[in-house]
Amino acid sequence: MVFATENDASVEPSSTKISIKNVYKVFGERPEKALDLLRRGKTKSEILATTGCSIGVNDASFDIKAGEIFVIMGLSGSGKSTLLRLLNRLIEPTSGNIEIDGRDITNMSRRELIDVRRRDISMVFQSFALLPNRTVLNNAAFGLEVAGVGEAERKEKANAALDAVGLAGYADSRPDQLSGGMKQRVGLARALASEPTILLMDEAFSALDPLIRAEMQDELVRLQAEHSRTIVFVSHDLDEAMRIGDRICIMQNGNVVQVGTPDEIVLNPANDYVRSFFRNVDVSQVFKAGDIARKTQVTIIERQGVSAAAALERMKNFDREFAIIVGRDKTYHGVVSQSSLIEKVRGGAADPYRSAFLPEAAPVFASEPLSNVLGKVAASAWPVPVVDDDNRYIGSISKSALLETLDRAG
Amino acid sequence: MNFDLGDGIDAAVNYILDNFAPVLDFIAAAIGLVTGGIQDALLAIPMPVGIAIFVALALWRVSFGFGVFTAASLWLVDHMQLWSPMMETLSLVIASTLIAMLIGLPLGIAMARGDRFAAVTRPVLDLMQTMPAFVYLIPAAMFFGLGAVPGTIATVIFSMPPVVRLTNLGIRQVHAEFIEAGNAFGCTSSQLLFKVQLPNAMPSIMAGINQTIMLALSMVVIASMIGAGGIGNTVLTGIQRLDVGTGFEGGIAVVILAVILDRITQSLGKQSAGIWRVLFRNTAQQKVAEAPA
Repeated sequence: MVFATENDASVEPSSTKISIKNVYKVFGERPEKALDLLRRGKTKSEILATTGCSIGVNDASFDIKAGEIFVIMGLSGSGKSTLLRLLNRLIEPTSGNIEIDGRDITNMSRRELIDVRRRDISMVFQSFALLPNRTVLNNAAFGLEVAGVGEAERKEKANAALDAVGLAGYADSRPDQLSGGMKQRVGLARALASEPTILLMDEAFSALDPLIRAEMQDELVRLQAEHSRTIVFVSHDLDEAMRIGDRICIMQNGNVVQVGTPDEIVLNPANDYVRSFFRNVDVSQVFKAGDIARKTQVTIIERQGVSAAAALERMKNFDREFAIIVGRDKTYHGVVSQSSLIEKVRGGAADPYRSAFLPEAAPVFASEPLSNVLGKVAASAWPVPVVDDDNRYIGSISKSALLETLDRAG
Repeated sequence: MNFDLGDGIDAAVNYILDNFAPVLDFIAAAIGLVTGGIQDALLAIPMPVGIAIFVALALWRVSFGFGVFTAASLWLVDHMQLWSPMMETLSLVIASTLIAMLIGLPLGIAMARGDRFAAVTRPVLDLMQTMPAFVYLIPAAMFFGLGAVPGTIATVIFSMPPVVRLTNLGIRQVHAEFIEAGNAFGCTSSQLLFKVQLPNAMPSIMAGINQTIMLALSMVVIASMIGAGGIGNTVLTGIQRLDVGTGFEGGIAVVILAVILDRITQSLGKQSAGIWRVLFRNTAQQKVAEAPA
């Protein structure tokens, strides 16, 4: 997916930021015994019965790359929030290693851990967790204040963070005077103010209503485009995961069942549990225009010396009413129809291609979600051309192709 | 089996008297300084100014109606010739409440942080609270003689439990998510205490202080039996002479002081951030109204 990691030169797009190796979390009085039983292959209910311990996270291992939005997904009780809290040791792992920038945080002293939390990792909470006795500004400045940053500097940084989330002018308000969406913007500003490289987001948008949630998702993606951070985002909402996630980790009963890009997970779900998530998924959100564009239309390369008559001949041969005109470098130029071309050729127009372009024909971008182009395709008499970010033609979407996609997915 | 607990306690008290006299003297001097200072300061305030301060507090913190009540009731106190005794009583209440907070707040915090410490402390608090108040007077008088100092000490012991309990409860009831947020942003444990736990426990702590003040007031009256002074003397005189009128006058003055202290301290607890928030609340709201939607 396209997140502008190149904006931040210090981050190599594919370097590993967080590495999790064989991490277990056992809740209860006798974690060692439970861990031993777990490794010998006992089931969770057996372990609960013999030791009274429950398994929060069972042998999780994966890497999170610098600059990606990594979504941890699962139903409630699947251990996703626990896994997130292991990353800054709000919950202590029972066993295993968690490396951040190559440093193992599991054996850090409390002092070192506090430094990492102040400098590298911050967190956004589902219920906002804004301190009610502080103003919005002082909430945003909380992390800096705790880290001992001077008042002038922390005010400046907190104000900048509030600006970034669109809350300039609310600095002196109290959290209880704000709406849910605004509260979470403060939560986001608080997390961004200390300029961490890692952002942990625990169901950060789940408490918001759907419209505000989508707005906040867009906001997050926008912020991510401006300053690339590594975002670990916990969600129970697959639409949300697909919308913002570069990669998704799916958890079931404390086990990591699949890690992959949204496409990989949709195309090759690891098991029925993963597949079950998609029953309710809106495919038009999952697929992009580029995913279903086909090169089944006649394309005509616009160059000197090829007559409009030859083009007309090709369209008749292929029995197509419309043709896409592209440049030699495959850039999209326009759409013509047989009738518009004939009219211009007969009229003796100087530039038959250009003047025959259908004025209403406009291309859509390959990265647009299908949901955004449904209307255009439905309303258009001709197949809608799809271009990439450099305006190169990569195919077109016909009504029949669209219907086929929606039908297959449903 | 038969053994005499009373003899044991007597022996312990005598042992302390024999061996820790300098320590007791030091404590007495320190507390005497506090109570004496507060008493001198309050008695130095002329009566009309004192009434004006109370009325202003009542108008600002409670309501107009309560301001009227305060003015009328304090006028009554003055006309019963009880203004000075009431100020003496108030100074004892303030001194013992301050000392109770000084000891009680750290104890409450320690209880909130350690389950084991809480388990040990709780029965001691029960004992302090349920032991008949008169019982403290005897050892207090034995250790510290007669006067305001033993009265203050007995009052501190009797009135401290609520502030300890409610500090503990308030801190324990701070939402787990606030604690998580504090930890996630790298709070040390003292930062967590002062920036997250105490500010959010404030309403509960203020309720504890309010209760402590009320208990202190009731105990200060009893402490007049060992010469603590104040309105208690008036009540005591009424009892000793079987003079119903004098006793009733003293009682009314106590009730008036209790009502005023209760309403004013309760109003402080309603604002978690205390006085600052009240002072700046209006300007903050204005700015919100002006900010673009």
